[in-house]
Amino acid sequence: MTQPLDMLTETPSQTAGPYVHIGCIPSFAGVQGIYPEDLGLSPFRDGAKGTVITITGSVFDGTGWAMRDAMMESWQADAAGRFPGQADADPAVSGFCRFAADKDSGEFTLRTIKPGPVTNRDGSVMAPHISLWIVARGINIGLNTRIYFGDEDNSHDPLLARIEQRPRVDTLIARPTDAGSYRFDVHIQGPNETVFLDL
Amino acid sequence: MTDAGPLMPRRREVHPVPYWPDYKTSVPRSPNLPLLSMESTMSEETGPRFGHSVIGPLDNNLILNYTQGKAPAVGERIRMHGRVLDETGRAVPNTLVEIWQANAGGRYRHVKDTYFAPLDPNFGGCGRTVTDENGYYEFMTIRPGAYPWPNRANDWRPMHIHISVFGHAFGQRLITQMYFEGDPLIDRCPIAATIRDRSQLDRLVAPLDMQNSRPLDYLAYKFDIVLRGRRQTMFENRMEGM
Ligand SMILES: [Fe+3]
Repeated sequence: MTQPLDMLTETPSQTAGPYVHIGCIPSFAGVQGIYPEDLGLSPFRDGAKGTVITITGSVFDGTGWAMRDAMMESWQADAAGRFPGQADADPAVSGFCRFAADKDSGEFTLRTIKPGPVTNRDGSVMAPHISLWIVARGINIGLNTRIYFGDEDNSHDPLLARIEQRPRVDTLIARPTDAGSYRFDVHIQGPNETVFLDL
Repeated sequence: MTDAGPLMPRRREVHPVPYWPDYKTSVPRSPNLPLLSMESTMSEETGPRFGHSVIGPLDNNLILNYTQGKAPAVGERIRMHGRVLDETGRAVPNTLVEIWQANAGGRYRHVKDTYFAPLDPNFGGCGRTVTDENGYYEFMTIRPGAYPWPNRANDWRPMHIHISVFGHAFGQRLITQMYFEGDPLIDRCPIAATIRDRSQLDRLVAPLDMQNSRPLDYLAYKFDIVLRGRRQTMFENRMEGM
């Protein structure tokens, strides 16, 4: 026998289901009047330092269908690479956004500030990126991934360096379209399956 | 300093399997390739904070919040309460808990829900609260009805309340569902069955808590939630201010 570890076990996930919008973005779902506005409408407010960018995309299921019911959350650093709560973080950047695929087109849009490179505890530097969490009916545990940028130097990013199959790195990189605009599609399955993260 | 330190690795075996053919929608919506595993970084160890200031006085009362107190929702009045902890047993204070659910007839207030059980004009179906300094939260609501859903020929969801919790790190983010003690539909539900470890599924089943019910008013159900913990060590340097 040994001493007990006395650790608890994480509560198991369950799918967010088709009606996640009611709980997380009720005004978007047409349930109005309970809260003044939905949480996380924008990750920044006027006066935020840096460049405003727009990322557009879809979440495709294994059949190639753009999911109409996906809900996403993003979390990121400010233009100087600092997270809210850290010393000298930009007070106009909350860093958090909630958004959903359009129920007709399946397309989402994230309008945000382009984040700066982030220094980790061990001193390593991550290329600018946005953390993305995807939930929907049929997803039994939320999917984590990251949005990097095609017009940044990603060659020394420690996470991207861990991807053995180099062509798969492209699944995490938003492609510049117009000035300040990017395209980022997520593929849950298939030949272009997005790299999902366990970290 | 309880927020410093890397997240403990997520024990995927205590979670549902992503691919579960009896839950048909999971078939095209589960990754085929392995996840990329590595130690958490600043991006997962930090996370959004929502203070008590975002919470309105009726936000955690689903019986009254849709009508702003004018008329109560129909159904069996219940109190849902518990604590948010992490794997080390520490309370997770000041964290946002959101819930959503069907009405007493098993119908959601959502354009995609076409079940013919009627909407309750006094019930919206969502609520939120922030845990106190001991990680405690509570909601007043009505017990949701079971409902049929298009999957296999005759599948019904057991009575359940959907729950979303933030924790203090983006890597702790969790959405789950609370079931009710004694519901015979739990063992027939292909979504509940995505959790292969029976003891883990049991942890989603809230016991009836008579001691915290109120005579002639409501029944109570207790539901504790455990989030990922953080590794504490004297030997790793920590960033100032985190
Ligand atoms: Fe449901």
